[in-house]
Amino acid sequence: MKRNTKINALLLALVAALAVLPLALGLGDDKEEPFTGSDGQAETAITELEPDYEPWFSPLYEPPSGEIESALFALQAALGAGVLAYYFGLRRGRRQGEQRATQARQAEERTDSGADESATGRV
Amino acid sequence: MHIAEGFLPPAHAVAWGVASAPFVVHGARSLTREVREHPESTLLLGAAGAFTFVLSALKLPSVTGSCSHPTGTGLGAILFRPPIMAVLGTIVLLFQALLLAHGGLTTLGANVFSMAIVGPWAGYGAYRLLRRFGAPLMAGVFAGAFVADLSTYCVTSVQLALAFPDPSSGFLGALGKFGSIFAVTQIPLAISEGLLTVLVMRLLVQSSKGDLTRLGVFLSGKRNRTESEAAAR
Repeated sequence: MKRNTKINALLLALVAALAVLPLALGLGDDKEEPFTGSDGQAETAITELEPDYEPWFSPLYEPPSGEIESALFALQAALGAGVLAYYFGLRRGRRQGEQRATQARQAEERTDSGADESATGRV
Repeated sequence: MHIAEGFLPPAHAVAWGVASAPFVVHGARSLTREVREHPESTLLLGAAGAFTFVLSALKLPSVTGSCSHPTGTGLGAILFRPPIMAVLGTIVLLFQALLLAHGGLTTLGANVFSMAIVGPWAGYGAYRLLRRFGAPLMAGVFAGAFVADLSTYCVTSVQLALAFPDPSSGFLGALGKFGSIFAVTQIPLAISEGLLTVLVMRLLVQSSKGDLTRLGVFLSGKRNRTESEAAAR
């Protein structure tokens, strides 16, 4: 593996470790419901601070189940990842194409000059 | 950091909307100018937006035993400056508010203010400061992404504490409460976001040197952007 690739892999491994460690160490075990979303916890905190508070507006559309919601979240991530992959793929392809074109041009120049030399040699 | 639909009192909802609107309008102007003057940067703009899309959909476990998600706004702020992220962040928040019932229309102004305005500006500020003192590019990128992520959640805590002060200990008591829910949870996630942003920036340095040079990413912070653009030409 090239040094660059190694560093990139190391970065990914670190991110994965940061995500897995809290689960592996059981850091959510002391809670009734481990690893709930912080947004939801904030809602609970609001109702604790102001028990009378009633949300005065409700979402226009609400995913009917947790499954649909996770599907939409996956869709969001997939759309983003797709665009990122397209970008890097396109860049890589263009770079390779440019390299090939330069190589082809250089090869052509070499054969051209070779032909010139042989031509002058003949005269 | 998504304050749920209807969970801010109307006066607060309107106030945050009014505070955010000029930033988003100004951002939309910068975005159209960028696309008109540099059509070649459209692709990279798309990539920066896509990065925010992915990261804000990733809910990750944290040391506090709860889950939260990164914001992904640091990268775009470093590449294209914060005003453009005000627009890209708003698009992400709108998508989540309308389709995922995550966040909301009445709280959009507050959520835009934390994730699409303060986060990018704070991250960009940290990045520029480090670069000005000669820090290497990747150190600046890490700090920028880390600060953008964490400051977003700090702002959310402030917003909620302002709207729901603790009956006995007031604003500060509530800030401690919301801060422990959001900010503490966010610290390891902000580190993750910093690492991921460094990874993407490394890939960009390999693949898009031309664009990054034009955007002035390789210059240390001593010159402003117009000068760096002129230098790149």
